[in-house]
Amino acid sequence: MSTGASGFLERFEGVLGKLPGDSALRAAAAAAFRAAGLPGDSRGRRIEAWKYTSLRAVADATFQREAAPRHEAETILAGLPLLDAPRIVFVDGAWRDDLSAIPAAGFARFAQQPDFGTLTWPDREPMVALNTMLAEDGAVLDVPADHDGGVVQLVSIAASDADFHPRHSVRLGKGARLTLVEVSVGQGTYLLNTVAEIHVAEGATLTHIRLQDEAATAFHVSTAYADVEAGATYDSFTLNLGARLSRTEVHAQLTGKGGAAHLNAAQLLAGSQHADFTSVVGHTAPGCQSRQTVKNVLAGKSRGVFQGKIEVARQAQKTDGYQMNQALLLSPFAEVDSKPELEIFADDVKCSHGATVGELDAEQMFYLRSRGVPEAEARSILVRAFLAEALDAVADETIRARLEAAVEGWWERQAA
Amino acid sequence: MLEIRGLAASINEKPILKGIDLTVPAGEVHAIMGPNGSGKSTLGYVLSGREDYVVTGGTATFNGVDLLTMEPEQRAAAGLFLAFQAPIELPGVNNANFLRTALNAIRRAHGESELDAVQFLKLAKAETKRLAMPDDMLKRNVNVGFSGGEKKRNEVLQMALLRPRLAILDETDSGLDIDALKIVADGVNALRRPEFSALVITHHQRLLDYLVPNRVHVLLHGRIVRSGGPELAKELEKSGYAELIAEAA
Amino acid sequence: MAAVTETLDTVQSVTQSGYKWGFETTIEMDFAPKGLSEDIIRLISTRKEEPEWMLEWRLKAYAAWLKMEEPHWARVDHPPIDYQDLHYYAAPKKKAGPKSLDEVDPELLKMYEKLGIPLKERAILAGVDPDTVEDRQVAVDAVFDSVSVATTFKATLSKAGVIFCPISEAIREHPDLVKQYLGTVVPTGDNFFAALNSAVFTDGSFVYIPKGVRCPMELSTYFRINARNTGQFERTLIIAEAGSHVSYLEGCTAPQRDENQLHAAVVELIAMDDAQIKYSTVQNWYPGDANGKGGIYNFVTKRGACRGARSKISWTQVETGSAITWKYPSCVLHGEDSVGEFYSVAVTNNHQQADTGTKMIHIGKGSRSTIISKGISAGHSNNTYRGLVRMLPGAANARNFTQCDSLLIGDQCGAHTVPYIESRNPTAKVEHEATTSKIADDQLFYCRQRGLSEEDAVSLIVNGFCKDVLKELPMEFAVEAQKLLAVSLEGSVG
Repeated sequence: MSTGASGFLERFEGVLGKLPGDSALRAAAAAAFRAAGLPGDSRGRRIEAWKYTSLRAVADATFQREAAPRHEAETILAGLPLLDAPRIVFVDGAWRDDLSAIPAAGFARFAQQPDFGTLTWPDREPMVALNTMLAEDGAVLDVPADHDGGVVQLVSIAASDADFHPRHSVRLGKGARLTLVEVSVGQGTYLLNTVAEIHVAEGATLTHIRLQDEAATAFHVSTAYADVEAGATYDSFTLNLGARLSRTEVHAQLTGKGGAAHLNAAQLLAGSQHADFTSVVGHTAPGCQSRQTVKNVLAGKSRGVFQGKIEVARQAQKTDGYQMNQALLLSPFAEVDSKPELEIFADDVKCSHGATVGELDAEQMFYLRSRGVPEAEARSILVRAFLAEALDAVADETIRARLEAAVEGWWERQAA
Repeated sequence: MLEIRGLAASINEKPILKGIDLTVPAGEVHAIMGPNGSGKSTLGYVLSGREDYVVTGGTATFNGVDLLTMEPEQRAAAGLFLAFQAPIELPGVNNANFLRTALNAIRRAHGESELDAVQFLKLAKAETKRLAMPDDMLKRNVNVGFSGGEKKRNEVLQMALLRPRLAILDETDSGLDIDALKIVADGVNALRRPEFSALVITHHQRLLDYLVPNRVHVLLHGRIVRSGGPELAKELEKSGYAELIAEAA
Repeated sequence: MAAVTETLDTVQSVTQSGYKWGFETTIEMDFAPKGLSEDIIRLISTRKEEPEWMLEWRLKAYAAWLKMEEPHWARVDHPPIDYQDLHYYAAPKKKAGPKSLDEVDPELLKMYEKLGIPLKERAILAGVDPDTVEDRQVAVDAVFDSVSVATTFKATLSKAGVIFCPISEAIREHPDLVKQYLGTVVPTGDNFFAALNSAVFTDGSFVYIPKGVRCPMELSTYFRINARNTGQFERTLIIAEAGSHVSYLEGCTAPQRDENQLHAAVVELIAMDDAQIKYSTVQNWYPGDANGKGGIYNFVTKRGACRGARSKISWTQVETGSAITWKYPSCVLHGEDSVGEFYSVAVTNNHQQADTGTKMIHIGKGSRSTIISKGISAGHSNNTYRGLVRMLPGAANARNFTQCDSLLIGDQCGAHTVPYIESRNPTAKVEHEATTSKIADDQLFYCRQRGLSEEDAVSLIVNGFCKDVLKELPMEFAVEAQKLLAVSLEGSVG
């Protein structure tokens, strides 16, 4: 069995015509994927968007479809601190009715409604091309106009050493509201390669929380495209704790006047973890606002990557864009790479970004210690405070508490 | 002489001035008083040519010349000076350089020779001294890091150097202590000559103790509702605008 | 004071309209045939009377270049360059090398006079405040196309032990120094344009400051592209031995031309323990006309190595010219507590494209760097800051501070900021800030109310915006730079 890009392509040939949806679109995506290869693969082209993250390890890994999952999805699910809200559960990329408690309305499966949407760019993003080739299932969520969809949880559990390519679609009608909490966990060596297409219509608000706590040997790639219309808000927060290698990519387009996008994230890494948070905010309409706070806390030999681009089109006057990314290096072997980028074609704008990289503030450390706090504890207080600033962006207290608990769990794992 | 007839102006299509009639003869100082939002600052901006303000009617001439068709810098060259209520900061632009550039632009417009750095510095230092300002005022960047009082004094310094024929002081007294207030008043008084006129926009009567106006006008809802001698200011100080507002309503 | 006024007048007299330095001289040129080959490189080497090792060095670079591809990662667009359609060698005809100014072609001297270059030996006063004015002398190594035609102040400099000469002369007369350092900061195969330069460079400056010597004067070189279709490939090498100081000024103007001309210079700086090198540039090559026709392609590799402890390299640049600028003056901070600085103003107007910035590579403990970049875009231009700050594992307690500000004038231009921050040492600290804005309407109105025309107001505000960079320039450049900013932005408002 071949590995790497050719392995995926071989499998695609095998399932051609058997997968749901437009097969011509899948074939075009396969052609794009064949041309691009896996980012970082020795045969792949060097892509600026993947400057700091190589999927070489993905290319070298063997993923297979097994008859039965190796791990108990039920046990994994039971261990999750889920909210008392509807949940849609996917195990190894396939929807599991028995584990789900689906919302009263507005849920369908990609397997039944295989719509690839309009926002994604398989020709530019090799991993989106790969997803488009091989997507089998996913969640299709629709919140009608002026309807409050409440909280919906979208859970991905990996229980096999395989590759999964879920395809999600989330649509909020005019003035609708939804809080979507995405949790991805698993056991084993697997690749989760999700693509989500998100539409937030005029005046609607989507709060999108993501907790990635994949297995320590797993690969997690997630690409989300959001179209934010006039007066709408896309408010997202991503917490990356797990996976051997993760890449979280968000493209938010502000296409209507007065829209807002908040793309916040925190990554907490140790060992030889690698996590890459990449975002592109496109201001194509006037008077929109974008805000971004991204924090990396890096221990061990981990590597944290932040790439954030604010694009302001010619017509997007009165744009207000701000981005802050900060990294804390806790070990002499950790590495951070940061590329905050501004691309501006309109003159009446207020855009800025800031970046800081360093260790804990020596003066703050001294202050705490002079008040009698032991060094280790002082360190822990300050790191938590550093992260708390990012978590503060999550307005819902219950959800924030769950995220904080996940962070505590991460610390305990490190201490163990 | 400043002559305003039926002046109407709006900002973002919202009418602010609704027909102002006002004559300030040469050599006179007139005060414009009125509550917040009555259009006092707008009058200053419209006369000096700020872009966002659209003149929708009326005329304004200065010594017979139509002000309203001129660019802001042409009005400045014609002798109009606006002391800003909130003076603008110009990061990296040194005060002396700014003033010399402005002064020479105006001198050029009058066909006068430009001042070189040495001539200018001599003049500017004399003025700062007269206005009891520290010398470093000239070296600092225009209004950057200035306290509220310093900004206002810097406006007076600019006025003293540019020697306008029509000064509009937009609440130059706000935020000043009594010493600074006197300096501002002295600065204007020093300019008083038969060919100099001033419009003093103020909230309070306090400044007018030191800078005694020939006439006082009360602006309300974009119109002058009362005019009188210096005693009108004192009267308003006691009774407030409530009565006038009630009358207008 | 008098000399400052004179400098101002000179600048004013040449800043009347359009591109101010667009004249040509009619000196007879000696061309090599068009195209690039080993034979051309041999010809250049022979004409320059170079030793065999230099020819081999060039041929090695040429071999590397042949295998390389023109880089396309910068945000610049240009039609393909036909490297075989350029002359790689042009020299003014001469009987013998000039021994003094009297022997220099009077046509050339006249041109320099028009440019306001203080070629004649004279003191230049610096500083606005008459109290602090001190005599400062400027030595000029004027490059006319490919051959240095005059070097002044040689006597004073050689008394101090400073070597300041055309690099071709250094290759002949100080081969050991050149051999030891050339290509050690920018290797021949570093990048496409550096490889090309290494193969075909015809001249440039060489500076050597011996141990403990403070160079008695500012060193200055004015470059000038003149001959049609002549690539200009300067090579500059500055070596500052332990405890020495030098300030080097570089400025360039080019005659107006319709055809694009390629300029691919390489500058290498080496600072040993406690040495300081200050390298200042005012770049106003012909930017092309208002429709984007013509103009210089300026693809430059500039890099300094702070090899010694506490050494310091400071780059200051004011980039107003060229149709395309591709330039990243960088510092490799090997030395403990070494310091790198980059101060930049880049102005683009009409259809100009600039992609410029710096790299600060922190290797040594306690190394520090500062980056201040001011980009101004007007017209239909695109202006990109691209910079890298890299903290390597050994760079304990290293520091970087970066401030990038962009100003947009008009709504048809673009301003872009592309910083790369990479850190592998927890004790290293990096701070980066960037802003993009336009000139505020209330600032413009305030200035106009005081009598300034809109254009003067813009120029004043822009100069203020750039002040943190301009104040790093030696005074004789600062005055010129301020005027240049105004001239470069002409026609961009209203």
